Amino acid sequence: MTEPRAVRRPEPEPATEPGGPGGSPSPARPRAARDAHPVRHLLGRRAAAGLFTLCVVSVLVFAATEVLPGNAANAVLGRTAASSPAALHRLEAALHLNRGLLDQYWLWFSGLFTGHLGHSLVNGQPVWGYAAPRLINSAVLMAVTGVIGAAAGVALGALAALRRDGWFDHICAVTALAVTALPEFVVAIGLIILFSTVVTHLLPAVSLLPPGSYAWNAPRLLILPVATLVVVIVPYIQRMTRAAMIEALESDYVEMARLKGVPMWRIVLVHALPNATAPVIQVIGLNFLYLAGGVVLVEYVFAFPGIGQGLVDAVENRDIPVIQFIVVLLAAFYVFMNIVTDVIALLVTPRHRIPR
Amino acid sequence: MSAAKGSIPGAPEAQGQQRRGPADRHGFRLEVRDLEIRNRRDGPAVVSGISFAVRPGDVLGLVGESGSGKTTVALALLGHTRRGLSVSAGEIRLDGMDLLRLRPAALRQVRGARVSYVPQDPSAALNPALRIGYQLREALRSHARITGDPETRVREVLGEVRLDASPGMLRRYPHQLSGGQQQRVALAMAFSCRPSLIVLDEPTTGLDVSTQRHILDTVRRLCRRYGVAAVYVSHDLAVVSELAAEVAVMYAGRVVEAGPAALLFGRPLHPYTQGLLASVPVPEGGRRLTGIPGQQPPPGHRGPGCAFVPRCALALDECRARAPEPVPLAGRTVLCLRAAETGTARAEPRPAAAVTDPPAGAAVLSVRGVSASYGPVRVLSGIDLEVPPQACVALVGESGSGKTTLARCIVGLHRDWTGEMTFQGARLARGARHRPVPVLQQIQCVFQNPYTSLNPRKTVGQIVAEPLRRFLHVPRGEQSERAVSVLGDVALGPRYLSRYPDQLSGGERQRVAIARALVAEPSLLVCDEVTSALDVSVQAVVVELLRAAAARRHLAMLFITHNLALVRSVAQFAVVLRQGEIVEAGPAEQVLADPGSDYTAQLMADVPRLRS
Repeated sequence: MTEPRAVRRPEPEPATEPGGPGGSPSPARPRAARDAHPVRHLLGRRAAAGLFTLCVVSVLVFAATEVLPGNAANAVLGRTAASSPAALHRLEAALHLNRGLLDQYWLWFSGLFTGHLGHSLVNGQPVWGYAAPRLINSAVLMAVTGVIGAAAGVALGALAALRRDGWFDHICAVTALAVTALPEFVVAIGLIILFSTVVTHLLPAVSLLPPGSYAWNAPRLLILPVATLVVVIVPYIQRMTRAAMIEALESDYVEMARLKGVPMWRIVLVHALPNATAPVIQVIGLNFLYLAGGVVLVEYVFAFPGIGQGLVDAVENRDIPVIQFIVVLLAAFYVFMNIVTDVIALLVTPRHRIPR
Repeated sequence: MSAAKGSIPGAPEAQGQQRRGPADRHGFRLEVRDLEIRNRRDGPAVVSGISFAVRPGDVLGLVGESGSGKTTVALALLGHTRRGLSVSAGEIRLDGMDLLRLRPAALRQVRGARVSYVPQDPSAALNPALRIGYQLREALRSHARITGDPETRVREVLGEVRLDASPGMLRRYPHQLSGGQQQRVALAMAFSCRPSLIVLDEPTTGLDVSTQRHILDTVRRLCRRYGVAAVYVSHDLAVVSELAAEVAVMYAGRVVEAGPAALLFGRPLHPYTQGLLASVPVPEGGRRLTGIPGQQPPPGHRGPGCAFVPRCALALDECRARAPEPVPLAGRTVLCLRAAETGTARAEPRPAAAVTDPPAGAAVLSVRGVSASYGPVRVLSGIDLEVPPQACVALVGESGSGKTTLARCIVGLHRDWTGEMTFQGARLARGARHRPVPVLQQIQCVFQNPYTSLNPRKTVGQIVAEPLRRFLHVPRGEQSERAVSVLGDVALGPRYLSRYPDQLSGGERQRVAIARALVAEPSLLVCDEVTSALDVSVQAVVVELLRAAAARRHLAMLFITHNLALVRSVAQFAVVLRQGEIVEAGPAEQVLADPGSDYTAQLMADVPRLRS
């Protein structure tokens, strides 16, 4: 609403229909119709760019793990490497370390598509077998947290905007600020103190899953990690929703709807919310990205067997195939989420979706 | 004011009037009495002592400069106040029912159904995320009392505003419509529930004259046919005089003069009304526009006396000390201590033609065969144009005619053009980046929108000094002296040097923009719609300043405008542009008085004129 009210002559000049007294609609523009549909156009461009990004990421990941001092075989064998050169050679051959760098990269890269991801250097397990349960656990944690957090954030933000400058708004603002200032592990520990150790003993303090079982087998174990992460992401979504809703509620079209006698609930749900959606979707997308990779500390506090912890373990153990796979997978998710949020944001904005 | 002009055959005018009974015991549809609105319940009054009444089928014009409180009053007629404001006294009776005493639920039922609103800027007031069919139907659906099928009613009202009611049209989003179409959708929405009162807030600002003419005709016709009372808010007295039977002039939150339009426009008594009338440009005659210098005091700074004193030539000490009370005089109500004497001061003849003939000589700027495009879209074709030395050429056209594009080509902001332009005999390069510094300095430009053309982070002093540093290499010590002198040329004092643009009014900003152009000592000034964002009274001041500065500095000027009425007040030559082609060109007098093309004639016919 920064635009001055007095100025009313929109003017890039070309192609504006003066709309003469005859009042016929402006004729269809065949040229615009032949152009690619904006959504398809965006999808195509983003998908191509995303694939390119992923290729670059794969090269970087491969190079980074390659330049680590010593090679993987040395790392695995440790002291025995020096005492038994024969064993070292055998392992090097098994890991294709005796081939050229390009060859190694190609073997690994093509493996990503054929499912030959190699084996963990630590325990010889296939990488997929090692990563899959963790991936699934993390995905469950992320999905549950994301859905609850987004719903709560949007609801709180919208309410705060409607009660702007009231006590509810002020409490929300202060709480959100306080929570954002706290590191997530502090939130986690706080919740543990409240619900599982000092104050009450309602919930388990750690979320250790027995091997072979998944997060949904023990929903109680999910409660505290989900609660922690919801507390962490809600303030961002809430604040963005509040700002976007306030902008929409202060707009001319909402004032017009009021002056038309539209009921309040319709004004909020039909007139304001759709116009506030685009920026909120972007923030929700960003929070999903955070949930995908950045939750190591929370997983650590609760000993939750997720992908973040898996990655940390792998780095500690120099388990290169596992590191490579997880990093590429996370990169792919980032690219994917970015495309998804952009497409949704475009879909909810008719002005951008439909050409003049 | 013939209602027959736009009536639809087969719909007798009287039918609608009979639908609704007599308004209230005095025959008024709307009566406003002593309305007062304050900033926060106990803050300064934004408007006070507002009283007026409107009969069925009549239009009341509510006029005044921006900031006079006219929109605040207009919104109050729907029981609505903007954030921070609240009604502290008075009553608003619609068909005898006081809107201000209604509970929220009842008020919601009244809004849209019995009193409706047409916004200033339909492009912002129509929801960008909803199809217009939905928005039209919603107005009907929110009010259960509408009988019959909403679809039928939507088609009916769209027909009344001459819009096509096909499913394809209804499925459009607002951004797929032109400005005129958007405003017609808003009009259709306002009339769809057959209200008793319709409030129009500057509905034609920013529309082309022909579109404006059509909107005005539609409003007049529908009000007559359905016995609707209308309040038409505008700063443009010419528009109001074409539509309104009664007029209320607002200044600094008060109605300073109110009465029948013919009386007010024929023999205004309040000095402010006189000033407003003197600033209205007349398309036929090049009279000097006087305008009203200064600006109105904001709420809380209005002092004990009359708020108009600082801008009033007739003010006495008594005016400063004592606030005037409304007095009935010569068929109207006036709020002025000297009202009885002002009528005589008005007899003075209008000054003669403002524009003098320029000396002959080789053209400063000549444009030959210029065609320009945006990508594949051609916006200008084969433009030939000459600006003689010390002359002003008005470039007239509707929005979309390509006039801004031509300005951008001339100043070097748009590079996608072919043809030839010469400036003082030398060829002009396409882009500003390829032009030598002296050429950049010699061609200066003032843009349309003073709210965005000044850097908000720089003071007026820095803004005006920049060309001095860049073009003229004036030493730092001398810069502020030169800046002060050029600010003086646009009637701004030295105290403006340290102000930031957001501390200035629209008119002041535009004057700073003009000062920035003048300080470079150009020989050609390109003015692109420089007054379209300004009030009529401020427009008059700015146009006069420009004209005087150009004469003093022997400047040549290209004055781009959509407002034909302004042309004779500034320019010796006129060029009419339509869809990227020149329709006709010649001496301004001849082009406007005796147009050679039907298009110009139609434009001239559509210009709203002051009727007194």
